[in-house]
Amino acid sequence: MEPDDEIYANGEPDSSNNRNRPIINGEQLDIEAYAGLYTGRTKITRLLFIADQCGQNNNTAMQMEALRMAYEEIKKGENTQLFRDVVHKIDGRLGDKYGMDSAWCEAVDRRAVQKKEKLENELNAYRTNLIKESIRMGYNDFGDYHYTHGSLADAFKSYVRTRDYCTTSKHVIHMCMSAILVSIETGQFTHVTSYISKAEQTVDALDPNTVSKLHCAAGLAHLDSKKYKLAARKFLEVAPELGNSYNEVIAPQDVATYGGLCALASFDRMELKNKVIDSINFRNFLELVPEVRELIHDFYSSHYASCLDYLGNLKANLMLDIHLHDHVQTLYDQIRNKALIQYTHPFVSVDLHVMANAFKTTVAGLEKELEALITDNQIQARIDSHNKILYARHADQRNATFQRVLQTGNEFDRDVRAMLLRANLIKLEYKASRKL
Amino acid sequence: MYTVESLVAQIQGLSSSAGDLSLLLTHLKQADEFLHNESTRLLPFLEQLDPTLHSLGYLYILEASTSGPVTNEQARRLVLLISRFLTSCVADQIRLAPEKFIAVCKSFKDQVLMLEAPIRGVVPLLEAVKKLRSSEHLTTLHPDFLQICLLAKCYKTGFSILEDDIFEVDQPRDFYLYCYYGGMICIGQKRFQKALELLHNVVTAPMSSINAIAVEAFKKYVLVSLIYNGQYYSSLAWMCILYIELANTYSIGKISELETYIQTNREKFDSDNNLGLVKQVVSSMYKRNIQRLTQTYLTLSLQDIANTVQLSSPKEAEMHVLQMIQDGEIYATINQRDGMVRFLEDPEQYKTCEMIEHIDSSIQRIMTLSKKLTAMDELISCDPLYLAKVGRERQRFDFDDFDSVPQKFNI
Repeated sequence: MEPDDEIYANGEPDSSNNRNRPIINGEQLDIEAYAGLYTGRTKITRLLFIADQCGQNNNTAMQMEALRMAYEEIKKGENTQLFRDVVHKIDGRLGDKYGMDSAWCEAVDRRAVQKKEKLENELNAYRTNLIKESIRMGYNDFGDYHYTHGSLADAFKSYVRTRDYCTTSKHVIHMCMSAILVSIETGQFTHVTSYISKAEQTVDALDPNTVSKLHCAAGLAHLDSKKYKLAARKFLEVAPELGNSYNEVIAPQDVATYGGLCALASFDRMELKNKVIDSINFRNFLELVPEVRELIHDFYSSHYASCLDYLGNLKANLMLDIHLHDHVQTLYDQIRNKALIQYTHPFVSVDLHVMANAFKTTVAGLEKELEALITDNQIQARIDSHNKILYARHADQRNATFQRVLQTGNEFDRDVRAMLLRANLIKLEYKASRKL
Repeated sequence: MYTVESLVAQIQGLSSSAGDLSLLLTHLKQADEFLHNESTRLLPFLEQLDPTLHSLGYLYILEASTSGPVTNEQARRLVLLISRFLTSCVADQIRLAPEKFIAVCKSFKDQVLMLEAPIRGVVPLLEAVKKLRSSEHLTTLHPDFLQICLLAKCYKTGFSILEDDIFEVDQPRDFYLYCYYGGMICIGQKRFQKALELLHNVVTAPMSSINAIAVEAFKKYVLVSLIYNGQYYSSLAWMCILYIELANTYSIGKISELETYIQTNREKFDSDNNLGLVKQVVSSMYKRNIQRLTQTYLTLSLQDIANTVQLSSPKEAEMHVLQMIQDGEIYATINQRDGMVRFLEDPEQYKTCEMIEHIDSSIQRIMTLSKKLTAMDELISCDPLYLAKVGRERQRFDFDDFDSVPQKFNI
């Protein structure tokens, strides 16, 4: 296929090809391609999230598609609770093939009970034998078992239990990575941060893949706590060799999107150029999401209209992303404000009509936005509302200094007089108390 | 032993020189009790004395005759008598017996209030304060005078007294009343900064138990603070939840909410006599909103101002802006043809001779104040009472500490 056609065709859900096709773009999300980026539980969670979001937006076609794929994926696993959930959500709308399969549920549950007994027996045996390595593996297996069956809290506990039986740093890293995985799934990013620092503190050097994975996890944690600058920095440090190796958490497209958007919202111009635009590493990621790449370049070269256009197009799809969903609006607002500030920065006076055109908005709306920024002291300027011009305004240092001097003098005067008075009053008080 | 006639003769004889006066003073002090016993009979004898020449004696007799309860028509005569005395007495003589003087003034004030004509008391008491005044010292006379001025609504006269600094105080209660009344007079004169200063002194004065004056002063302090500064310092928020709530509503910045809050609590504000101030708080909010606009806009239409500040029409906005320009709160010009307001910068360039002189005199003043403060600090550090109190509060077993207070003071 021609490179151009590749971009527009909806390909087969073939993971190896997906790296070359932009999944997150302005068109409606191709769910199969999107889901193909991930493996494991996160695939299911993402599909369910998309289904919920589409349900809220009344996009039934996409919702059904997502639910169907989720159903199939869950059936491949052993999580009966999720299965029941998804059946309930489908509600028979996809026909009989996607209905409740109680036989399957019972079989899986029976198997689960048997497995659990087996694991417990093994673990007890190991514990009596007091062989550290076996105990560690026993707990690990337990953790895996709980994870596949959907009891994430128990999985986390089991993984953490292995800590006492870890002997090499490889064991420690394995424990940390498992704990991180479960914590990301449950959304407890404080644990994520603490286990990342534990992993980074291991004595032996970590292999680059693990380092990249830890960076991704750290980026996600920062993103969740709204520290966009730190999140951007972490995502930018991820090595391109990561590829698909962390698919159970994050895809390289996500690294590019999250990193790009956070950087755009929080970096200043110099940092943006050095770390994002000129960075060879990150360029590889940006190739996967050409729209994000284009919008960053547009922003840097002050083509605000097209930059904001790209952002607008991407918004619908970004809202379907499980990690970015809560932050899309904030990031967008910050990027827009930065654009406004950057636009007005080099000029002494700006015609608001021209600016409104550049930002594809009305003059009245633009005036309101600028007013907010000026009040917030992010732009030093004043608006001539009559002629619709923005004038840059630089504070007069000399006058301001005189004013402050006089004010400080007055305050000092007042305070010293009050002090003298109060001292006298206290003197009276203890004279009186002495006489008592 | 004594007769009133003999005393009168003594007064007439011994009122000429300083030595005579001190002799007279001793005589009068001894005769004081007798005079008080004869209080009802004394008034006619006053006609034999001249207040300008015989101020001291006149004072004693006057004080004795006014020491008991006074009826209404007695008050009428006495008020005339005392006002004449106060305006014409000699400062040096009365300073020899300040407590008597203050007692006379106090009873004068009560009489004037009884006759419900406080304005009659203003000028005489003003003279009295001026004559009694020893620099920077507060007397009981001050709050009484301010109270009369408030009741007579003669704010300007009262204000002239407030311009002097006060550093020494005899009675804390006098001080609180002085500051409270003084604050109210400044509010009447619209000198909000000085009012804030006075009210702040009351509210932060060291007192071992809370008293009602401080509570009332605090309520007014919050309101004036909102009018002048747009905020208040919450270190004193122990009482008057009503007013704290008002301040919180104010800080949110919505006129409608503020007005509803005031409406619902109207009677409470009224009972505190603070309704006028509260209305001023509301108008200050409009002012503050308009002032904020000057930071963002160079020109703005009256319609937009009305919309932003939540006024009902451009006409009202024009009224507000005009008032603010006249009061000097903003610098602007109104273009009626276009319905536009143009905001200007503060024209003060700090380049004139007057400004230099102003700065220079401020510096001098502050240096004097600093010296005063250091002097007082040294004085107190050597004061045995203070050292005793500090010594008492120290730990007894700090043997390793550098012992800066001599052992003798560890009581």
